[in-house]
Amino acid sequence: MPKVTYVSDAGEARVVDGLVGDSVMQTAVRNGVPGITGECGGVLSCATCHVFVDEADLDRLEPVSGLEDEMLDGTVVDRCPNSRLSCQIKLSDELGDLRVTTPEAQE
Amino acid sequence: MNSTAVAPRDTGVLVVGACQAGIQLACSLREYGYSAPITVVGAERHAPYQRPPLSKTLLHAETSPDAIALRSEAFYADQGIRLVLGERIIRVDRGDGGAGVAYAHSGRSFAFDRLALTVGARPRRLPVPGADLAGVHYLRDADDALALRAALAEAVDVLVIGGGFIGLEVAATARELGCEVTVTLADNRLLERAVGVPTSEFFLDAHIRRGVRVHLGAPPVRLLDDGHGRVRGAELPDGSVLTADLVVVGIGAVPRTELAEQLGLTVDNGIVVNEYGLTSDGTTVAAGDCVACPPPVDLPDGPVRIRFESVNTAVEQAKTAAALLADRPVPYGAVPWFWSDQYDLKLQVAGLSTGHDRYVVRGEPDTEKFAVLYYRGGHLVAGDFVNRPADFLAVRSALAAGRTIPPEAATDTTVPLKKLIADDPRQAVA
Repeated sequence: MPKVTYVSDAGEARVVDGLVGDSVMQTAVRNGVPGITGECGGVLSCATCHVFVDEADLDRLEPVSGLEDEMLDGTVVDRCPNSRLSCQIKLSDELGDLRVTTPEAQE
Repeated sequence: MNSTAVAPRDTGVLVVGACQAGIQLACSLREYGYSAPITVVGAERHAPYQRPPLSKTLLHAETSPDAIALRSEAFYADQGIRLVLGERIIRVDRGDGGAGVAYAHSGRSFAFDRLALTVGARPRRLPVPGADLAGVHYLRDADDALALRAALAEAVDVLVIGGGFIGLEVAATARELGCEVTVTLADNRLLERAVGVPTSEFFLDAHIRRGVRVHLGAPPVRLLDDGHGRVRGAELPDGSVLTADLVVVGIGAVPRTELAEQLGLTVDNGIVVNEYGLTSDGTTVAAGDCVACPPPVDLPDGPVRIRFESVNTAVEQAKTAAALLADRPVPYGAVPWFWSDQYDLKLQVAGLSTGHDRYVVRGEPDTEKFAVLYYRGGHLVAGDFVNRPADFLAVRSALAAGRTIPPEAATDTTVPLKKLIADDPRQAVA
């Protein structure tokens, strides 16, 4: 079972057991992790699930799609090189555990 | 405003309706520090789920209602939110001060100090002969979606009645599943209540390009029986017949107001609430598709109250109502936004284009990547976006901040809209 560590903007970490096939956004929302809104449910429509992915995990992720790339340009907290929309990161056993930091604001 | 919150007693808040608004209301109550019991009662058997995927991903075979659950079971337990499923509240008795008891169809009762109604809406029924034939589907809840998915797997000719989001999303999905698809509607343009004319025209062309037949201004006068109680098509006002082995009706929704009426609350195309989500009795709150509220944005000459059906509105109204119950009222004033996915077309809409007097088109609609920005009296008021998510986010944030984007500059697609957001000179004097 992959684990996701969510680190808040203030530096508080919370570890959540994820389900294979769920996204990092779904895992956060379903478990009430603050800092991720995910209002559109994961269809690249709201850009409220922005996260900064731990550098050590970044290369293991699927690349950013064109639509995600455009959405990242419009996030409330400006994007960084390690920015992703967490609805586009699907948990799998191959990917394993992940660590992400949530921005100060989403909307 | 006068505070209407009461000191929480042992029975707490009862939320009627385990939907997007109901669950948000319960979650926000906890977030705002409400510590008394919270019970959410829902009529459906499924754990609370997201509704938008019902007309899209859930119609493809790979998704189950569990996959679109709003929160985990553990979350409700952790938060002390008691979730009761499969119970429809049919009557509420109340004493003074808002407290009372709600009764379910089964006879179970639920006591409360404060009541929240998030009861949603039901599909508007097609008012013509033959509408009750087998093979005629509506789409509102997860069970409807599962039934429609099974029917689509067998269908050859699909007739969609209605040209709103539900109708067009189902049409797109049915086409992707390989069905022959016809859409017929009473209105003279698609998505009439949701988007402006250029966007309507684009979606008409886009569906036709993908092989969908569309009949505008053609509400069926009756549905036809195949002789065995099953639908075989529809007759249009001009006498022509459209054949179909599956009919999907998506002609809007009617707010569920029975409980509000039984409680004597003011109802006018929805349960009437003020900007704090408070109903006319001064103690009950309401949120979501069942609610008629003051417009959250300035609408000169517009309606006094409007009823929105969108995830964003359900969420924001629920937060507003929760804030009131937690005795920290904040008026509802979020810029509305919504989206629709059809084929590879992502439509996003920000703001309300109602009453606009000017629009500019950014990009070429024929490329299936463009935006329409709407202005009223020189103010940016709304935008429709097709496959232009960055532009959508720029306009949504400009509207939220009361800023504008100069219309002349907006048509230059080489400049990101985000860079054009400017103070609205007219805003200061308005």
